[in-house]
Amino acid sequence: MATWDPWREIDELRREVDRAFEEFGFQTEPAFRAAFLPGRLARGYPLVNVHEDRDHLYVEAMAPGIDPNSLKLTVVHNSLTISGEKKGPPSDVKAESFHREERAAGKFVRSITLPVEIDDQNVKAEFKNGLLLITLPKAEKAKPKQISVQVA
Amino acid sequence: MAEKTVPVPRGPERGKGEREITRARERNLRPPVDIYETPEGLVLMADLPGVAKENLQVHIDNDLLTISGKASHVAAGDTIYREYELANFYRQFELNEEIDREKISAELKHGVLTLRLPKTEKAKPKQIEVRVS
Repeated sequence: MATWDPWREIDELRREVDRAFEEFGFQTEPAFRAAFLPGRLARGYPLVNVHEDRDHLYVEAMAPGIDPNSLKLTVVHNSLTISGEKKGPPSDVKAESFHREERAAGKFVRSITLPVEIDDQNVKAEFKNGLLLITLPKAEKAKPKQISVQVA
Repeated sequence: MAEKTVPVPRGPERGKGEREITRARERNLRPPVDIYETPEGLVLMADLPGVAKENLQVHIDNDLLTISGKASHVAAGDTIYREYELANFYRQFELNEEIDREKISAELKHGVLTLRLPKTEKAKPKQIEVRVS
């Protein structure tokens, strides 16, 4: 983990509050439910979860219906950028033929700042059941190191 | 002749990402759907992220079409940041008699379910040729 930076903490809090208010008013239901599904209200798309263990970071993005060939991932130091396109219904369907139109579609790009530096040569990504699973090995210098104490 | 309205699978009109009320104890979410009409029938597309083919059920009982799916993915390591949670999906639609129950087909690809609901022969639009005598 990165060092504790109070300014970043405040920034995180501000962003979370912003997120809560962005959704407020559009929803008749509590705002948190909107975060579950990639509807049109989702601002940061795709939604991501980040997990870590000692050697890796795992970024999972909820991205149903995205054409895997359109997906592009770039890693620079500790920033990960996901871009791609979610195809909607075929374009020859006329507007008046829709009975329901709730799914979002279009091009997207999202950058995520990761807490540690990444070994950008060995990033792996898999697309499974509409979930994008990215495995990012931590850079050698970012891994925890055991330092033995010598007894003089 | 009264104007015939197109078959609309009726569901309660509510917000997105809302839970569908069931008696089951687990939390269920209503997947967002697109439904559009083609000359052959209706096409329904539903976003079901995290649902594998074997965990998806599409069930038709008389006029009731039920889509239910269990989203599952076991993440490695400890969670350090979370924006979404995978939940189970559940949504029901009412079909009218113009849908041919026997010919409904379903496909699940990249987390999107595509259901094709063809119209019965007699419900398909027909072109009537006008002859000049």
